[in-house]
Amino acid sequence: MSRQDTSDIVFRRILAVFPISILILVAGIFFQLVSASLPSLQKFGIGFLFHTTWDPVAENFGALPFIYGTCVTSLVALLLAVPVGVGVAIFLAEYAHPKVAKVISILVDLLAAIPSVIYGLWGIFVLVPYMRNSVQPFLGKYFGFLPFFQGPNYGVGFLAASIILAIIIIPFIISVAREVILAVPSVYKESAYALGATRWEAIWDIVLSYGRVGILGAVILALGRAIGETMAVTMIIGNNVVISPSLFSPGYTLASVLANEFAEADTNMYLSALIEIGLVLFLFSIVVNILARFLIWSVTKGPSQVIK
Amino acid sequence: MKKILALMVAMAMMTSLAFADSTLINGAGSTFIYPAITKWFDEYSKTNPNVQFNYQAIGSGGGIKQVTSKTVDFGATDGPMTMDQMTQAPGRIYHIPMVMGAVAVAYNIPGVGKGLKLTPEILAGIFLGKITQWNDPKITEQNPGVNLPSSSIVVAHRSDGSGTSFIFTDYLSSVSSDWKGKVGKGTSVNWPVGLGGKGNEGVSGLLKQSPGSIGYVELAYAKENNLTYALLQNKSGNFIEPTIDSTSKAAEGANIPADFRFSIVNSSNPDAYPISGTTWLLIYKQMDSVKGKAIVDFIRWAVTDGQKLTAAMDYAPLPANLVDLIQKKLDQVKY
Repeated sequence: MSRQDTSDIVFRRILAVFPISILILVAGIFFQLVSASLPSLQKFGIGFLFHTTWDPVAENFGALPFIYGTCVTSLVALLLAVPVGVGVAIFLAEYAHPKVAKVISILVDLLAAIPSVIYGLWGIFVLVPYMRNSVQPFLGKYFGFLPFFQGPNYGVGFLAASIILAIIIIPFIISVAREVILAVPSVYKESAYALGATRWEAIWDIVLSYGRVGILGAVILALGRAIGETMAVTMIIGNNVVISPSLFSPGYTLASVLANEFAEADTNMYLSALIEIGLVLFLFSIVVNILARFLIWSVTKGPSQVIK
Repeated sequence: MKKILALMVAMAMMTSLAFADSTLINGAGSTFIYPAITKWFDEYSKTNPNVQFNYQAIGSGGGIKQVTSKTVDFGATDGPMTMDQMTQAPGRIYHIPMVMGAVAVAYNIPGVGKGLKLTPEILAGIFLGKITQWNDPKITEQNPGVNLPSSSIVVAHRSDGSGTSFIFTDYLSSVSSDWKGKVGKGTSVNWPVGLGGKGNEGVSGLLKQSPGSIGYVELAYAKENNLTYALLQNKSGNFIEPTIDSTSKAAEGANIPADFRFSIVNSSNPDAYPISGTTWLLIYKQMDSVKGKAIVDFIRWAVTDGQKLTAAMDYAPLPANLVDLIQKKLDQVKY
């Protein structure tokens, strides 16, 4: 047993304060959300999660359309963003000239720094008209047999919101995935080449395989961002309390209903129901993170190897 | 003796300091009144430099909550407090009407210009999702000679809780029993159809970009952004364009109760624009001496001289008879 210096003990105790304060913060948020949403919890019970009506006038509240909207927009955004993000990361790390990679990396970081309200405005004035005039008519014409691409074409809706979300989260995926790929030891790649592997084989079998945990981490980070993203989504999702399989349909998310209605919520039950929406969003994020953790464990076959 | 004298001088200095110190009045609430109230504060403090104001535009609901918990000196709301909310307040609250405004029904129909005529029945039908085509016989009947397309109607409404929505749904509730039963009135309601845009800018964005759309925005906003808006049929059967005059007229025909918690939608005045609303300041009947006097003096100025300033900003001036009633009401405030 090594001798411990007093300053060492003091330093360790001081350091311990910080993680404990994070625990207290999370517990405090949870406690506050539960206590403030108590009237709503008592009135609607578990049914709050499954009701499809949101009527502030009659004080009849259900969260299902918002949960559905959050799931759909986040998942579609991931479907669009992951291939692009990882593709860009591979290009930057493996193919691009270092100078080109440097310039693109700076641009990617710049994209990540743009406030989401700017994306929202761009969405309203550029993306939505483009969706209505070009993208959605095309999808409706050639893929209209699928339930995802049916119904009236407004331009705003799930698809437009998902695309904005994808654009917002792509820089996060690129930044993290690129670092992960760069961290793959070159010995592995050189060994692959020595064995006669093509570049494609080296990247697919060696680099991506080695870095899969880190890339998954990037995806989870992006998913967290997509679930919580409020402003840009609110501006172009159409804010309509409906559950529709069509991506053309307007929808609503947990975060946007909070942003829209919190300021003017005038009765206690209304406010309480909105805070319960906040609670659902909070638990949603926790569940996603836990699922992600399990996913990473299953990929790395056991918790011991988790680095990221 | 010297000590006592010194003490007295010190006290005198302190009191004079306290008087010279400016009074800070805090308010919160309605976003609708925010531009007007900022303008008033700006002008008023030029002649009354000892009074300072701070107003937070956090929304009417927030204004009611903060004035009830006494964290601010006055609140501002676009819809009157309910009986329930009044009883929760720790003291008697007065509603003082400050400005009036109109909500314009704006539309974007390719090939159709300004001045489409709409009846209450048509408007309620569209927002209930019962009238879905622009060439519906109910609309064409009122607009002979206007070439209405067969395209479907895209309804746009506010997605954020707002006083504008309150005035609009208050109007629909008063003209349509169907609307009153199914939807009702509020700063946020369960819209039967349509797309939600955040803020006036969100709704006007939807309107500008969706051919065949209809929605509602504050009159000032519709004018500034060159939106085309409709003439609405009022209670007397006349089709009225929203202007500050036709909005002021709405209050002239209104039945004004002693507590001022009135609604001026669907006014019986034959020249009134029917979708008009009021923003009230919420003050306590009993206030502390310094702040109470400052607030009452400010309100007296704002409802008289101040109205000229806000008329230029497309707020409708309060009619003279209402200003008299407000002055009498303010006489009852104790401080």
